[in-house]
Amino acid sequence: MLWNTMLLALREIRRNVMRSVLTILGIVIGVAAVIIMVTVGEGATVQVRQQIASMGSNLLMVTPGKRLGPGQSTGNVPFKEADARAIARDVGSVKAVAPVSSQSVKAIYGNENWSTQVTASNNAYLQVTNRTLRSGRPFSDSEVRSGAAVCIVGETVLKKLFGGQEAIGERIRLHGSASSTTSSSSGSTTSGSSSRSSSKSNGSSGSDSASSTSGSGGSKLSCEVIGLLEGKGQSSMGTDQDDLVVIPLSTFQRRIAGSQDVGMIQISVEEGAATEKAQQDIRRLLRDRRHLSPSDDDNFNVMDMKEIVKMLTGTTQMMTALLSAVAAVSLLVGGIGIMNIMLVSVTERTREIGIRLAIGALESEVLLQFLVESVVLSSFGGLCGIALALGGSVWLAGLLRVPFVFNGGIVLLAFLFSAAVGVIFGYFPALKAARLDPIDALRYE
Amino acid sequence: MHPPQTAEQPLIELRGVTKVYGTGQASMHALRGVDLCIFEGEFVAVMGPSGSGKSTSMNILGCLDTATAGVYRFMGIEVNRLTRAQRTKLRRFYLGFVFQGFNLLNRTSALENVELPLIYRGAPAHERRARAREALEIVGLKGWESHTPGELSGGQQQRVAIARAIVTRPTVLFADEPTGNLDTVRSHEIMELLTGLNRDQGVTIVMVTHEAEMAAHCKRIVRFRDGLVASDEPNVKES
Repeated sequence: MLWNTMLLALREIRRNVMRSVLTILGIVIGVAAVIIMVTVGEGATVQVRQQIASMGSNLLMVTPGKRLGPGQSTGNVPFKEADARAIARDVGSVKAVAPVSSQSVKAIYGNENWSTQVTASNNAYLQVTNRTLRSGRPFSDSEVRSGAAVCIVGETVLKKLFGGQEAIGERIRLHGSASSTTSSSSGSTTSGSSSRSSSKSNGSSGSDSASSTSGSGGSKLSCEVIGLLEGKGQSSMGTDQDDLVVIPLSTFQRRIAGSQDVGMIQISVEEGAATEKAQQDIRRLLRDRRHLSPSDDDNFNVMDMKEIVKMLTGTTQMMTALLSAVAAVSLLVGGIGIMNIMLVSVTERTREIGIRLAIGALESEVLLQFLVESVVLSSFGGLCGIALALGGSVWLAGLLRVPFVFNGGIVLLAFLFSAAVGVIFGYFPALKAARLDPIDALRYE
Repeated sequence: MHPPQTAEQPLIELRGVTKVYGTGQASMHALRGVDLCIFEGEFVAVMGPSGSGKSTSMNILGCLDTATAGVYRFMGIEVNRLTRAQRTKLRRFYLGFVFQGFNLLNRTSALENVELPLIYRGAPAHERRARAREALEIVGLKGWESHTPGELSGGQQQRVAIARAIVTRPTVLFADEPTGNLDTVRSHEIMELLTGLNRDQGVTIVMVTHEAEMAAHCKRIVRFRDGLVASDEPNVKES
């Protein structure tokens, strides 16, 4: 009986190709939307995790300013290089301490110019941020001390200025902008400044924090490229981590910023050591160095990368869940669409149902036929949706530059759900069809 | 469902059958106590004006509807006591229907239309196909198997409907004004076909018609009036 009913259902679907296609469209879109959202969302989460892993999860970042201060702004007291040295000296279980300042600059080589970020630090920076050199050498101690005009460039800068040609030994010029000396964490390579991604002009960008030291207008520096950073790709915030030029801190302070301030301090804690402990020690030390009385709030911030990791993955996962929920609603709407069409189809096919009943179709057979029709339609819609979703996710993952993570579970779930939609939303119309009185149905015009 | 059947037992037996539509003041008495016996191999024409109860009695005879009171025995089985599903099975295995409006499935080939009752009987595909072709050949539509109703004339459509009705080799064929939508020439062709089926295949046929010309093909004419059988006599003109 089931096989014969299937046969009848398939014949009916084949007879109404156009109607069938329109019926399943909602399911196709719903299923595709859910799968794409989940797949891309998972890709994003995986990417965040990978980047965090490449950055080193035992990273602490110390920035001046309060974390969240409603009102009562006390003004930010910037750090000095001595603060970093004090941390390295006095806090246990610290592996490397890098004082970091950064600013957007225009890098020029020959006829090429490129707006990028200059990051000033010492060799500890490479260690702290888990970066290696692809070629060339790190700064020498004397270069760091004396403020030599040398630099290490990121892959993106190399590509833009040299077109991928050999750059070691060449000299590039850095033009500091007059107004945007950034010292807050937004200038760091870990989170990047969002305002700088494409602009060639480097006027006042929105990334400045109130704590910035004023830059000396129009500062210029010509420096020799001594090293080339290994590429790291995009950060979890979507910024290019290879779009930077690293110079010694003293060079930056003297030639570009014109002050002894340090934007932030990045610290890597030794593997296995408790970052919480280091965090506490650093806080105590800095409170002491900044002469804060016990009643004062901290005027700096010690952030653990782990917290940021948690926050970022949490946000990504929540976004995924939210978008998937919206997509699931469209799947539901698709189901209602199927019910709608099936109901219309029952009315339209009243006579046909009458004929079937009159020549010997049981109520249960008519019910089953309509149910099979809607299940076949919705499962076929589900399959189309899955195909569309796989293509769409690969495409979208490429577009958003997140890895494509195939999740068999969600594909199976979406398929089963679409079949279930067919059963649930097909049942009522099928019942309506089966309950028809054959005489009335035959008389129906 | 194989009741004992003697030569004297009528195939169809109605005893005091009434049918009332609606209740109370608005009730309408379609049948007021019909007695009728039809034996195997008969070719009966049921005639009467509109509202005389001929269609209602046809629906009851065809197990599509049930009587309000009275007894309907089909092959000795009391149909009134059957469930809806059991009546459906009765239709499936013993009855064939031809309607005035043909009632074929649209956009479905003649062959598939004829196959339909066999699908519900659960016949295997090759047998289904063979028997449907055979039935189409009997009604003179060999070569038209793949045409849909839209591509066939009225007469051809009614032939397909007849093929669908006889493909199951039913005990009784009920025809409700089978020539109502056809012109005279086609009508007589259909009547020839039905007469031939009755004569050659021994199919019992009960046909509702209001055209005396068509009733003339039958062996027996039953006339209804106001929900009762007004006359029931053999057709003398039949040779």
